[in-house]
Amino acid sequence: MTEGTYRQALQQALREELTRDERVFLMGEEIGVFGGSYKITDGLVHEFGEKRVRDTPISEEGFVGAGIGAAMGGLRPVVEVMTINFILIAMDQIINNAAKIRYMLGGSVGVPMVIRSPGGAGVGLTAQHSQSLEVWFAGTPGLIVVAPSTPADAKGLLKASIRNDDPVLFYEHLMLYNEKGHVPEGDYVVPIGKADVKHPGSDLTIVTHSYMTQRCLRVAGQLEREHGISAEIIDLRSLRPLDFETIATSVKKTNHVLCVEEGWVSYGVGAEIAARIGDECFDWLDAPVKRIGGAEVPMPYSKPLENAAMPSAERILEAAIKARRGTR
Amino acid sequence: MVEQSARTTEQPLPLPRSDLLHLLERMLLIRRFEEKTMEMLALNRIRGYCHWNIGEEASVVGSVAAMGQGDRLVTSYRDHGFAIARGTPAGAVMAELFGKEGGCAGGRGGSMHMVDVPRGFFGGYGIVGGHLPLATGLALAADYLGEDRAVVCAFGDGATNIGAFHESLNLSKLWNLPVVWLLTNNQYGMGTSVRRASAESELYKRACAYNMHAEQVDGMDVLSVYEATHRLLLRARKQHEPALLETLTYRYPGHSYADPGRSYRTKEEIDRWKQRDPIRLFQHYLEEYTSLEQSEFDAIEKHVDQIIEEAVSFAEESPFPSPDSLFQHLYAEESKS
Repeated sequence: MTEGTYRQALQQALREELTRDERVFLMGEEIGVFGGSYKITDGLVHEFGEKRVRDTPISEEGFVGAGIGAAMGGLRPVVEVMTINFILIAMDQIINNAAKIRYMLGGSVGVPMVIRSPGGAGVGLTAQHSQSLEVWFAGTPGLIVVAPSTPADAKGLLKASIRNDDPVLFYEHLMLYNEKGHVPEGDYVVPIGKADVKHPGSDLTIVTHSYMTQRCLRVAGQLEREHGISAEIIDLRSLRPLDFETIATSVKKTNHVLCVEEGWVSYGVGAEIAARIGDECFDWLDAPVKRIGGAEVPMPYSKPLENAAMPSAERILEAAIKARRGTR
Repeated sequence: MVEQSARTTEQPLPLPRSDLLHLLERMLLIRRFEEKTMEMLALNRIRGYCHWNIGEEASVVGSVAAMGQGDRLVTSYRDHGFAIARGTPAGAVMAELFGKEGGCAGGRGGSMHMVDVPRGFFGGYGIVGGHLPLATGLALAADYLGEDRAVVCAFGDGATNIGAFHESLNLSKLWNLPVVWLLTNNQYGMGTSVRRASAESELYKRACAYNMHAEQVDGMDVLSVYEATHRLLLRARKQHEPALLETLTYRYPGHSYADPGRSYRTKEEIDRWKQRDPIRLFQHYLEEYTSLEQSEFDAIEKHVDQIIEEAVSFAEESPFPSPDSLFQHLYAEESKS
């Protein structure tokens, strides 16, 4: 194992998969000559050439759809959409085509492709560049949605996604790109659909994903030290399919749950988890399931406002205490 | 760049006589098939939408007949005729309309989502213009893998006003992809005429914006469509040049079953187009240049009627899919839901 960033882990996965399978190719805006808007693909065009690392014009609908068609035609495209906010231009392609083609065409052809795209707030990019829209895709049958939070998971899940025979929305996060951690060398693959207990605990289950996992991990120590609450932190990693078994096992142990997400709470990931816990683990609960997420406003620009709109460490801590005590 | 191609209704014959008769048979088969679906709709055997190719048979058959065996096809939801033209058994198309297991999409797709991948038909799609990017991708795959095949992407005049049209034409020319954009201009997107929807109503001219070769042909003349498609496909395969081919045609019925097709056009206009009916035009051509006899035509018609009868029987007899199979095909076998 070696140390590396989330960014480096993603690039390693791309390089290894490009080397392993000739059918794998990358496509997106500024991923080649420019080096990638967030430098995930930096240098790959020089290693693999323009056929394997294809720059596109600003045509999200056109090139995401072309990725779908290329997958139907026998390739394994990895399409980068510069940010999740721009993916809305390609929504018809993803929801009406990628997610439905195998099913509505009676299983005659599949769409083995990956759409990589980062989202998230925290760096002053405001309303149209700070969204967490992964849940929109997680509600769509036919898609797979993964959202790694560590360099190791980033590498392992990207490799698994590229090898998967169905369309995968691979959700990255701007605040995670410089996150450091172990990057397993060689052919490291993390199975899709498996959550990961990132921190064991006995008093409270915190269910989260993507960048919020890192924030929750930072809160866990303080919860233990200052409040005597041992929190178990579950990183979903896959939003669809959802690994409910890992959540249920934890709930049966801790009997208390907090759901944390960066996106808006209404109709969100936490809403889904809370509903399923109510359905399947009701008898194991000692307190209502709590959930927190981003304030329900378009992301404002000014730093104090942006901070106030995000689930900060302080808000997570406060919510965790309430979730444990069953107070409002 | 932009050319008006001449009709090819003079000697010598562009195809052997037997092939010409086959074109006639396919056009007639589509006409009769679509008429039969109207009947089946009235009997509640068919649910949902039904978008017919009646009036457009020359555009459909001429273009598909020009495709090579390895070429690939994607279309809009007006797709029954394309499947039949490509050789999908009429029974599999009718069974799909009936929602039966024996349908070409196993009863999952219905009218708008016919498919026949072994014959290179990668599906009909229900969002106007939404399938054009798929054609770009299929052509990209062929180019990437060094395969000697091209893609035909069929869509209507309505699709030319959506962003996916522009993005797809631009990408295909930018990347020199082997694709023929087949614009079946039937004059109306639902009830909105081309003139009421497009600032430039000579739609093929739009290709100029992408530095792309474009042609406009008589979409009621099957041989004009065949000849142009054949030539443009050859060019796409050999020189990796995409092209836009506009066929001028007309849909006799309304947009779908719920539209009688009369609020936005006059009877005189419909009758004017019917005077150049693609099937009758071709029949006359064959009479003049290949001495087609009425008895031969009658025999073809009889054969077509038999195919339709068998198609309906097949669809009737095919079982409905079991509700147990509801989740089948959502993901690949090895993926989990």
